[in-house]
Amino acid sequence: MSFFGLDCMRKKEKEVERKIRANDREYNSSFRYATNSIKTSKYNPFTFLPLNLFEQFQRIANAYFLFLLILQVIPAISSLSWFTTVVPLVFVLSVTAAKDAIDDINRHRSDRKVNNRKVNVLINGKLISEKWMNVQVGDIIKLENNQFVTADLFLLSSSEPLNLVYIETAELDGETNLKVKQALTVTGDMGDNLEALAAFNGEVCCEPPNNRLDRFTGTLTFDTQKYSLDNERVLLRGCTLRNTDWCFGLVLFAGPETKLMQNCGKSTFKRTSIDRLMNVLVLFIFGLLALMCIILAVGNGIWENHAGSKFKAFLPREEKSTALSAFLTFWSYIIILNTVVPISLYVSMEVIRLGNSYYINWDRSMYHARTDTPAEARTTTLNEELGQIKYIFSDKTGTLTQNIMTFNKCSINGKSYGDVIDNSGQRLEITEEMTPVDFSFNRLADPKFLFYDHSLVEAVKLELPDVHAFFRLLALCHTVMAEEKKEGHLVYQAQSPDEGALVTAARNFGFVFRSRSPETVTIEEMGIQRSYELLAILDFNNVRKRMSVIVRNPEGKLTLYCKGADTIVYERLHPSCSELMKVTTEHLNEFAGEGLRTLVLAYKDLDEEYFAEWKQRHHESSVALEDREEKLEKLYEEIEKDMMLIGATSIEDKLQDGVAQTIEQLAKAEIKIWVLTGDKQETAENIGYSCNLLREEMNDVFIVAANSPEEVRQELRDARLKICPETEQDKLLIPEFILGNTPKVVQDENVNGEYGLVINGHSLAYALESNMELEFLRTACMCKTVICCRVTPLQKAQVVELVKKYKKAVTLAIGDGANDVSMIKAAHIGVGISGQEGMQAVLSSDFSFAQFRFLQRLLLVHGRWSYLRMCKFLRYFFYKNFTFTFVHFWYAFFCGFSAQTVYDEGFITLYNLVYTALPVLGMSLFDQDVSDRWSLEYPQLYVPGQLSQYFSKRAFMMCALHSCYSSLVLFFVPYAATYDTARDDGKDGADYQSFALITQTCLTVAVCVQLVLDLSYWTVVNHLFVWGSLGMFFILTFTMYTDGLFRLRPSSFAFIGTARNCLNQPNVWLTVALTALLCVLPVFAYRFFCSQISPTINEKVRYKVRPMKEPAPRPRRTRLTRRSTRRSGYAFSHAHGYGDLVTSGRFLRRHTPVRSMGLIPTGRSPGFKPTGRSAGYSPVGREQNPKQKVEPTSLQMFRAVKDSSF
Amino acid sequence: MKNEGEGSERPDNTAFTQQRLPAWQPILSAGIVIPGFLIIGLAFIGIGIGLFLTSQTIQVWEMDYTGVEKDSPCVRCTIQSSQNCTCDVTFSLSELFTGPVFFYYGLSNYYQNFRKYGVSKDYYQLTGDTQYFKSPQDVCSPYKYDSQNNPIVPCGAIANSMFNDTFELYQIINGTTKKQVPLDGKGISWWTDYNIKYRNPSSVNGSFANAFEGTVKPINWPKAVYELDPVDQNNNGFLNQDFLVWMRRSALPQFRKLYRRITEGDYAAGLPAGNYSLTVHYNYPVLSFDGRKKVVFSNVSWMGGKNDFLGIAYLVVGSLCVVMSVVMLIVYAKFKFSDDDDA
Repeated sequence: MSFFGLDCMRKKEKEVERKIRANDREYNSSFRYATNSIKTSKYNPFTFLPLNLFEQFQRIANAYFLFLLILQVIPAISSLSWFTTVVPLVFVLSVTAAKDAIDDINRHRSDRKVNNRKVNVLINGKLISEKWMNVQVGDIIKLENNQFVTADLFLLSSSEPLNLVYIETAELDGETNLKVKQALTVTGDMGDNLEALAAFNGEVCCEPPNNRLDRFTGTLTFDTQKYSLDNERVLLRGCTLRNTDWCFGLVLFAGPETKLMQNCGKSTFKRTSIDRLMNVLVLFIFGLLALMCIILAVGNGIWENHAGSKFKAFLPREEKSTALSAFLTFWSYIIILNTVVPISLYVSMEVIRLGNSYYINWDRSMYHARTDTPAEARTTTLNEELGQIKYIFSDKTGTLTQNIMTFNKCSINGKSYGDVIDNSGQRLEITEEMTPVDFSFNRLADPKFLFYDHSLVEAVKLELPDVHAFFRLLALCHTVMAEEKKEGHLVYQAQSPDEGALVTAARNFGFVFRSRSPETVTIEEMGIQRSYELLAILDFNNVRKRMSVIVRNPEGKLTLYCKGADTIVYERLHPSCSELMKVTTEHLNEFAGEGLRTLVLAYKDLDEEYFAEWKQRHHESSVALEDREEKLEKLYEEIEKDMMLIGATSIEDKLQDGVAQTIEQLAKAEIKIWVLTGDKQETAENIGYSCNLLREEMNDVFIVAANSPEEVRQELRDARLKICPETEQDKLLIPEFILGNTPKVVQDENVNGEYGLVINGHSLAYALESNMELEFLRTACMCKTVICCRVTPLQKAQVVELVKKYKKAVTLAIGDGANDVSMIKAAHIGVGISGQEGMQAVLSSDFSFAQFRFLQRLLLVHGRWSYLRMCKFLRYFFYKNFTFTFVHFWYAFFCGFSAQTVYDEGFITLYNLVYTALPVLGMSLFDQDVSDRWSLEYPQLYVPGQLSQYFSKRAFMMCALHSCYSSLVLFFVPYAATYDTARDDGKDGADYQSFALITQTCLTVAVCVQLVLDLSYWTVVNHLFVWGSLGMFFILTFTMYTDGLFRLRPSSFAFIGTARNCLNQPNVWLTVALTALLCVLPVFAYRFFCSQISPTINEKVRYKVRPMKEPAPRPRRTRLTRRSTRRSGYAFSHAHGYGDLVTSGRFLRRHTPVRSMGLIPTGRSPGFKPTGRSAGYSPVGREQNPKQKVEPTSLQMFRAVKDSSF
Repeated sequence: MKNEGEGSERPDNTAFTQQRLPAWQPILSAGIVIPGFLIIGLAFIGIGIGLFLTSQTIQVWEMDYTGVEKDSPCVRCTIQSSQNCTCDVTFSLSELFTGPVFFYYGLSNYYQNFRKYGVSKDYYQLTGDTQYFKSPQDVCSPYKYDSQNNPIVPCGAIANSMFNDTFELYQIINGTTKKQVPLDGKGISWWTDYNIKYRNPSSVNGSFANAFEGTVKPINWPKAVYELDPVDQNNNGFLNQDFLVWMRRSALPQFRKLYRRITEGDYAAGLPAGNYSLTVHYNYPVLSFDGRKKVVFSNVSWMGGKNDFLGIAYLVVGSLCVVMSVVMLIVYAKFKFSDDDDA
């Protein structure tokens, strides 16, 4: 943003180090740090005009206009009056300026809103409410719960124990979970003692302003002591204070120097493929213009030499040499023929895109009622690209799935619960209409929990011991926190939604987890409160794939409860369970077959002596300095064996509505969908199956999960050879630089059958290396579905970039979280899922809506229409302008190449602006080949867009040829019709003014008739525009040729009377009719033959649906069930490290602070981030992925935090 | 528009915002295109026949009198550079030339449509604005001032190059007697030109000529603009019909301009068959640029002067349409995709 630049200019010497003294405004102001007022606006009332004009003239089109204007005021060259250029230019400039002004006013408004927020500032020992803009570096401010952080603060003290504060960083990084910051003890001791705070004179010395969100270094000097400061002590602007009554902070960076604002870099400017094509075409047009002008200049030279030189008696010319004359003619013709370079085109394109963006905003079918979120086109310049998407890169969690887990089925002691079975023993599909189980017997039940199988609740009521053990385990073995704000109103905070679902299920079935302390877990079993002593948490990690707790029940009995992945737990079961295992395995298969995530539950009774001894060893291990992890691992392994199987749970990772159906539709439209997820391979595969991306019928699903580059390459190659044995091995693998710099395009290869590819992040890191990326791309593109799991945000972007680089295809990325930002920005089109808490993805997206299923409407309806409209617009626009201009070219051969225009100057000025602007605009705003319903019914209609069939260089050439033909007709038919003839009153009819009027009437009518032919959707507005513009032509023509205007300014309205004298002639009208039909009929015939001989998909559909009103409503899709042999080996979206957290008391608010850590291994860094949602970042994930050299830093992901706080 | 209970952000449900405006959706189906072509074709053929036949009834007589050919009667005027050369062109009409007959002069290879020629006139001067008599507009240059720096009125190349041949038409009766055919020079220019576009300056001290005091005549002109028609004040000055006709510059390098009409006396019904003699006062030099001069007699119909092009064009286009509709029918019968349902 420009003001950063300006600031930099002012402060020449760069800040090396920042020094701040608390409560000393005088001292701090000597450094002239930025104040907290921000300015994102560009202009003020005085600078608006010069700055905006300066910016606008930087655009090539406007600069060209200006150049023309300069040419036109040179008398020797000027072939047209200045107003023919000035009028359109002023129009274009003022439309753009108006838009810029509105944008800037909005920015001013939001700036003002933010700058005027109030915050309490400590001034002279008193808290004074101040506007944000008046806060200065070095001030101490008091924040209260749920307030936005005013500036980048050094945290001094807080209301919470241990001087903790909880902040939500959703606006910064999109993560909705709370993060913890902690103040130094030395400052924290001041609490809310205003006197102490006012007297605080610590000096902070820290890094200069920068945009690293995850790093901070500095020192605090206070009372001659030095303390080091890190990110842990800093609250960044853009965060929100949560669960903390108040806190005090010292302002370190303010306003534009805050890390948030420093991250508001320019967002990359995306252009559509049509834009890029247009750039090429405009160059081509310039070439054409130059060529025409050269031909005419040469013609002028020759003419001057032969005819012209002799004609001087009547036609004096000053130029002596023919060369000079030819040179001047060249420029004169540049002016006349300038209309081939479509300048008003750009403005019209903007208007069309804006209009089509509004349709997206207005679409009720993309409005999500539950979250009250309409779809939003955040970028209004990319619409037609939506009609050309070939690859979709989708995030999984929150995009395909709702990130809601529901406890769906379970198997307890060999009996399966959860299915609803009717009287005849048939399983019923669960629908909304069914009555769920009534949990009213349980006052603590969660009303949102739905379960349909009544037998389970009966079993609980019958007090079957296995069922009770099952739910007791679920209530005890977890790391969930409970919060009971008021009696009986429980809120669970679970680090993974799976766990939350399980604990909630137990709660509803009468085993209510109520509270925990580091050493106890209190649950209510069928109404009776019982407190279990929590002796150990054998925490989850990725290798163990299970977690256990060891508890002592109130009666003193020791039990180990374990839940984990089936394969893992099965190995550790007591042999006596083998019978039960068989039955349970069957159930597990069944669950897995339905795409559910399963866990197996087991328990083991421990005897006191053994446990005491084990506990001793555990304690030793946990304080061991060497190999602590391994030692603990061994101990866990030792105690978790010979367990007794209880049963299995299954959890549904709820897909968003209509995901499978949307994916099917998109697949029919030949769009390839790649899922890029941070989730584990099993989970990802599971979702792949449940949303129909992977199918049992597929010929093969390749899984690439190798650990070395060679293996990855081999696996990829094997897969490719299996799909298509005769693909050439290495032809495409020649390094690019040998072939020159132009990136090659990898062609699609024909594949028989359907294949899927699953690759994990680890292998992907190798596959994305430059020597293997082509191998990967080729294999991946042969597969119908590609799923990349465990990928980091950076890798997501790399995959997108890879496809962009080698495939001449338009890509779309869709996601909801901060980890999708890089991919959203990398893709041609970024789509954010809105309506959820995190805004990060939405803020950097181009389009946003609430549900994945809206994607099909966005692409198949809006995208397709936008593309169709834009292409129709371009084809027609080029046609009408070329036709208009080429007539001048032909005329040149009959007027001595003198740069005489064919038309009246008024007509030249108004042709693009008035006579032909609205009809084509109407077409590009309203046209639809088939209705939205049919567009969705026939996704194949989308394919021509992917192949850029509607507008390409070829289509452009066709337009030019068509124009060439039309202009010949438009010039020579009037020429022949008026040649040596007379009017019906005997006066000659071939004077220049009449000829001009006849030609321009023919032209206007012909292009109008051409539009009539092109328009396939005639709304009232189109009728109004088409007939209105045609009427306007005649009205304005008559008006401009009236006596009154002539008297006003004879030289400008010299065509007086031409309309009256010319348009009353029958042969003029016969000429008009003849030219119009001659221009249009060949096109008509050509299109008819094309539609008969090789009809396009559009034509087929149009013919087919013509007799039908609307498609029949689609049958409600029943849930896809599949019988499969697949098992979800492991599906548990846990992250390591929660056990410690739960027992450390860190999150237990208002609890007695830290006690002895007991059994629990300590040493965790206090900055531990509980990452449930963004598994891609989890410490575990990163360890697993050593290839990941570049951290997924904030820079990558947060560049567009732009305006997020306003 | 919003119903109770709906979210505040819910878009309005209007036909416009939901892109459901009722619309007529034409489609290029065989049932419309083939008959359409046939009807258009037949209509065009009809119009074409009408135009062609009409055009055939129009009589045109034209004669190049430039004097390039050795046997041309005006050869001598091309050789000597003397003023007031006259030559007689004789011709005979074998049948009645139905009236009203229009008498044109035609020029070819004459670039009245050259840009710099075309702009070379002062509209303000020509509306009688005497202010511009003193200082004509720059566009008139180099016919703005004469060599003594006197302003030229009317200035500019168009006026300067005004066609100044004059003609007299005689019917030769009984081989010897010449009977002058009256030529009507009134109303040969556009009504708007005569009444609005061109205005004479008002007389000064009762004398029209005084209004032009301080100005000089265009260089090529033998007499001043206020002397163009000393007899009829209404045809004098800028409102002189010949001047107006000339000032309406032509679109193409070959053109005709109306000189006179033959509407009066014995010739109101047309020129009877017989011999005629046309006396040409040969003043206008065109040979220097390979120009040609001709005289044309013509009568007109409802569609104007003779022009075979439109009729033929209509016939050709109409026939092509009919042929095309037959071809389309064959193609349609062969492919007949409209009935397929493989979409």
